[in-house]
Amino acid sequence: MIEATGLRKSFRVGRGRGATTVDAVRGVDFAVRRGEIVGFLGPNGAGKSTTLRMLATLIRPSGGAATIAGVDLLRSPAQVRRRIGFVAQASGTYDDSTARRDLVLQARMHGLSKSVAQELAVGAIRAFQLDEFADRKIKTYSGGQRRRLDVALGVIHSPRVMFLDEPTAGLDPPSRVRMWQEVRRLREEGMTIFLTTHYLDEADSLCDRISIIDAGRIVAEGTPSDLKREISGDVVAIDFAATDVADGAAGDLPAATKLLAEAPYVHAAEPVDGTLRLYVDSAATAIPQIMRALYDRGIEPGAIEARRPSLDDVFLAKTGRSLAE
Amino acid sequence: MKLVRDTWLIFQQEVGLMVRNPVMVAFSLAQPITYLILFAPFLKVVMVDRGASSYADAYRIYVPGLFVAMGLFGGLFAGYGLLSALRAGIIDRCRVTPVSRTGLLLGRALMHVCLNVVQAVVVTLVALPFGLRVHLANLLVSYALLSVMVLLSTSISYDIALLVRNENSLGVLVNTVGQPVSLLAGVLIPLVLAPMWIQRVAVWNPFAWATDGMRALFAGQITQTVVWQGALIMSGLAAASLFWSSHLFNRDVS
Ligand SMILES: Nc1ncnc2c1ncn2[C@@H]1O[C@H](COP(=O)(O)OP(=O)(O)OP(=O)(O)O)[C@@H](O)[C@H]1O
Ligand SMILES: [Mg+2]
Repeated sequence: MIEATGLRKSFRVGRGRGATTVDAVRGVDFAVRRGEIVGFLGPNGAGKSTTLRMLATLIRPSGGAATIAGVDLLRSPAQVRRRIGFVAQASGTYDDSTARRDLVLQARMHGLSKSVAQELAVGAIRAFQLDEFADRKIKTYSGGQRRRLDVALGVIHSPRVMFLDEPTAGLDPPSRVRMWQEVRRLREEGMTIFLTTHYLDEADSLCDRISIIDAGRIVAEGTPSDLKREISGDVVAIDFAATDVADGAAGDLPAATKLLAEAPYVHAAEPVDGTLRLYVDSAATAIPQIMRALYDRGIEPGAIEARRPSLDDVFLAKTGRSLAE
Repeated sequence: MKLVRDTWLIFQQEVGLMVRNPVMVAFSLAQPITYLILFAPFLKVVMVDRGASSYADAYRIYVPGLFVAMGLFGGLFAGYGLLSALRAGIIDRCRVTPVSRTGLLLGRALMHVCLNVVQAVVVTLVALPFGLRVHLANLLVSYALLSVMVLLSTSISYDIALLVRNENSLGVLVNTVGQPVSLLAGVLIPLVLAPMWIQRVAVWNPFAWATDGMRALFAGQITQTVVWQGALIMSGLAAASLFWSSHLFNRDVS
């Protein structure tokens, strides 16, 4: 449904001699099959929105090619617009309008007649549970209500391909779960969904496949479980910032990192804000060895935890940084 | 055809939003009515040996000037609305749909035309008790001329907004351009009272032609050449400026 090869975008910023270029997206390749939910996972500034805006015909790629629902993005952007829906990262609604008015306008902008547009608006209000506030000014909506409206606007014409830029940014956990259900429902209605997120749990539980993007490049790609399987073994996380530890524990982090990174039973040691993540074959056999090594040095760890690798561990392994807040 | 439909669609939406904000519309009338009541009487005094012997004469000279001032400034600030719609992502949301992109711009511009004509009607009605008398046909032609003028000033504002892309620069530019253009069009005090060099400069000011045309209409001289000259100059410039703003708008933003 979506196929992109070598898609690039660089922005020129400034004028005259002071002008520089920002390489926002440096050549990404990916493919999304019919009926899939595929996510771009990446930190701020990774190039997620820029990629989506290129695919949604809002900005022209500096290079590369893409086809969406069988249509060439560069050659026939107008045809692409008939086949897609797009929900931007920042909502694009009139403050003084109402959900119903904007829904009708949106359907009519897709070329539908007034009566059809009104029917679709009624359906969307029901499907996205907007009834309670559909005729109130949009500026009075809560963040979650507004986001539901944004998605309702994007899908009002039942597009074949849906682009969602951070559909759950700024929502509380229950609203996020509800939004995930909406997205799954859209897929069941036959849409192919391409979304961006910087939430690990969202990528993990909502997406069939994910591409991890960092600094404009895709650094890993696959199903969440395949990606996690790439990190074989277990993760042992030692917390040096725990509050019940004697003063100075946080200062032990560099020493512990250095010590354990050299231990034969540790594949990799990565400090991530106050905790030390150790990648080992088996937590059960490694933990006693780790404890002994630390005690021998007089280092007293706070909490110690063993777990299966998460997407964040994948992210850390691929980029050297963590996505978790 | 699609352009007409989409322009109408956006126009309806914009007018709908404007109507939902009647306080704003009322406020936008405060300034013209203040000038109408507190400034026009000065003209009677200043123009006394130029054929303005009564209040009726003063209003016949001042109201067309006020129309030009409204048409000029009413449109010049339209760029703010466009910038806020761009910033709010409304334009992006529309541009992802197959809606005509020129229609997005034209529908908005026509909303300003509509608003200004409504204001002009209110101004006309307020001026009637002060003695303003004008032929209905001439009045309607003057509204048409005003509409073209608003299209021109609105699209100039869009041009500037799309080039500078920030409200502060837009405000500064609009004021530095708008003030001299309106004074050199004789909207407050007719150019016949101006020194020779100002009159020579004003020949190059398209809005001065429009003002002359507008005044001729109110004087009942619809057949004067300056009427169609003013209309032609305004229409030509409006078409050129609209063409350019739709070019700026349609090209790759951001
Ligand atoms: N119009 C623009 N002009 C210049 N630089 C831009 C422009 N748009 C984006 N960028 C830059 O491109 C890079 C990628 O931005 P993008 O918005 O795609 O990131 P993102 O992955 O969506 O981040 P976030 O999670 O914060 O939304 C950033 O460095 C950004 O500053
Ligand atoms: Mg983004």
